[in-house]
Amino acid sequence: MGIVLEVCNLVKKYNGNVAVDKISFDIEDGEIFSLLGPNGAGKTTTISILSTLLTPTEGSATIFGYSLTKQPMEVKKLIGVVPQEIALYDDLSALENLNFWGEMYGLTGKALKTRVSEVLEQIGLTDRAKDRVKTYSGGMKRRVNIGVGLLHKPRLLFMDEPTVGIDPQSRRAILDSVKALNTAGMTILYTTHYMEEAQELSDRVGIIDHGKLIALGTQAELTAQVGEMDTLILHVGENEDPEHLAQGLRTVQGVFQANPSDHEVALVTPSAEEVLAPVVSRANELGIKIHSVDIREPNLEAVFLHLTGRALRD
Amino acid sequence: MNLRKFFLIALKDLRLILRDPTGLVFMLLAPFALTLGMGALTGRFSGSPQFGISQIPVVIVNQDSGELGQVLVDVFTSEELNELVLVDLRSDPTEARTLVDQDKTAAAIIVPEGFSASIFSAESATAVVPIEFYENPTRQTSTGIARSILESFLNEVEISRVSSKLIVGQLLASGAIQPEQAAALGAVVGREVATNTSRNASVRLISGTAESSNIKFDVLAYMAPGMAMLFLMYTITLGGRSLLVEARAGTLARMLISPTNAGFILGGKGFGIFLTAVTQLVIVIGGTSLLFRLQWGDWLGVALLILAAAFGASGWGILMAAVLKTPGQVAITGSAIALLFGILGGSFFDISMLPGWVRSLSMLTPNSWANEGFRILSMGGRLGAIQTHLTVLVVMGVALYGVGTVMLSRRGLMAK
Repeated sequence: MGIVLEVCNLVKKYNGNVAVDKISFDIEDGEIFSLLGPNGAGKTTTISILSTLLTPTEGSATIFGYSLTKQPMEVKKLIGVVPQEIALYDDLSALENLNFWGEMYGLTGKALKTRVSEVLEQIGLTDRAKDRVKTYSGGMKRRVNIGVGLLHKPRLLFMDEPTVGIDPQSRRAILDSVKALNTAGMTILYTTHYMEEAQELSDRVGIIDHGKLIALGTQAELTAQVGEMDTLILHVGENEDPEHLAQGLRTVQGVFQANPSDHEVALVTPSAEEVLAPVVSRANELGIKIHSVDIREPNLEAVFLHLTGRALRD
Repeated sequence: MNLRKFFLIALKDLRLILRDPTGLVFMLLAPFALTLGMGALTGRFSGSPQFGISQIPVVIVNQDSGELGQVLVDVFTSEELNELVLVDLRSDPTEARTLVDQDKTAAAIIVPEGFSASIFSAESATAVVPIEFYENPTRQTSTGIARSILESFLNEVEISRVSSKLIVGQLLASGAIQPEQAAALGAVVGREVATNTSRNASVRLISGTAESSNIKFDVLAYMAPGMAMLFLMYTITLGGRSLLVEARAGTLARMLISPTNAGFILGGKGFGIFLTAVTQLVIVIGGTSLLFRLQWGDWLGVALLILAAAFGASGWGILMAAVLKTPGQVAITGSAIALLFGILGGSFFDISMLPGWVRSLSMLTPNSWANEGFRILSMGGRLGAIQTHLTVLVVMGVALYGVGTVMLSRRGLMAK
């Protein structure tokens, strides 16, 4: 397996603000690499640079050996991009959209017709191909959005949060299609702020926050950074103050971190079972009622929590 | 391949606008409805045509001692034209030109001494002593009408001159007359044919009845171009807006990610606006020709003017997209500009009635030049009569597209 994408100290600044801060990573042929991070972490900016839409302020990147800045046309021919927003023409049908974008990627005639049929089959919209996109559900639009990125059979596919704002069923279908594409040999760079997606899909994960790549590796390598820590999630009522509870729990023996968010507090501890009783007791002392408790094994959420002190959704 | 994408983007934009109900109303329905309504209001369909232009002030200086100079004066002062043209007879050409320079009249027609004689004796058209038409550039519609009347008169005179040459030539060839008699006979025949033809044909030309003339002055011919250009500007607004809509929707970024030169993408978008504008003008002009039997005039001139008007106007669409930030801003500003240009460009009334500075301002609008050009053609003018209009519209388009493209690049909409 060779390296298909190599990123070296990539920086992007907007009016003095650093959106991407010296990011370096590479992607091997045939793998699914996820960039995991909260909204505003710099995932979309990174994808925009790698898809030649933005010019990096500093640093370099090569795709299949071609320089992003010096050979952008060569790069464009080899990559496919599924943008976060649904970039389609609502007043055109799925068929017309696919025909248009196929031609933009140089497909014509019979090759275009055949490929559009294949993609329609692949995204399960052959029956609705002639309906205008504006009549589709959010999930169907997402599928067409992905289909456009696949038309020219790219060797490397960038997918920028392709499951945002859709129903669970459509999300499941998209995740399955990502796996199928990868099985068929396509290398994929996938960005998400859903830990579950990164866990399910990725061979390797890069965790990004405030424009910096703060961790990189396989899931096993990343969770090992947290050690044998458990994550204990305490759910509280709407009228309770999670910040107050978190503050009170930080002094409980065995609690390494206590991070409040909406109606819950996430605790990082070596043993969830051992700290549970004193935690509930302290909550009672503080007059805060705990509605329910989840115990999670070490996962990417815990890694992010461990590294940043914040939950991914913050 | 990039050129193919250039047309692909343009055709896609045209298709999208044609699928937009609002776009269709502004592109097609509104121009027809308003033209029809204004035609009905002005009596076009009741047989009593009255329109917004009347009493066009024209100064005539007749220094010709022959008959044709007087025939020309008779044509302009005829009963058929007395509502349309207000003739002021003067004797001093300098005084006549001064009246034009001072904006006191629309045009001065100076018939020089020897005009009739040159017609009857000239070997070729180039040897004829020319009539001077001194026009007021700020009263384009009025001068266009006066010029049209004058040109129709001169056409008839030229036909007569050539006819007399033919007659005399045939008589000489047959031996019916001797060479020394030819000059005198030619003058007599030419004078007779010219005076009769000019009196009859020229007067009929202006009468507006289809049966008696190949040139008509139709109230709808005055109004339809105005309406077509007014709503063309609305369509242009939709086109300019589409660039910002695409930037917002992410489709512009998606195009830029594809292996396509950014210049061709912007060019395709610009060409899409132009193509939409051309389509609208063709449909409106074709439709009014068929539905209202409107005579738009010389088809080559009309075709070229459609292209030039669409180009000049669509430049404003690109400029709006470059200057304004959001699709909403383009929609609001574009509507205001379309209305303002419609007023300044003479879509609603004759701009020669407005103050001089307004008339000067109107020359910045594509409406003014296109409206004037279409009216000249509809009144019988040929391609040569609208050369200035075509040139101005093309230059306007080149300038606006150029400025708009530079601004879009600087703004970062197309560049990285």
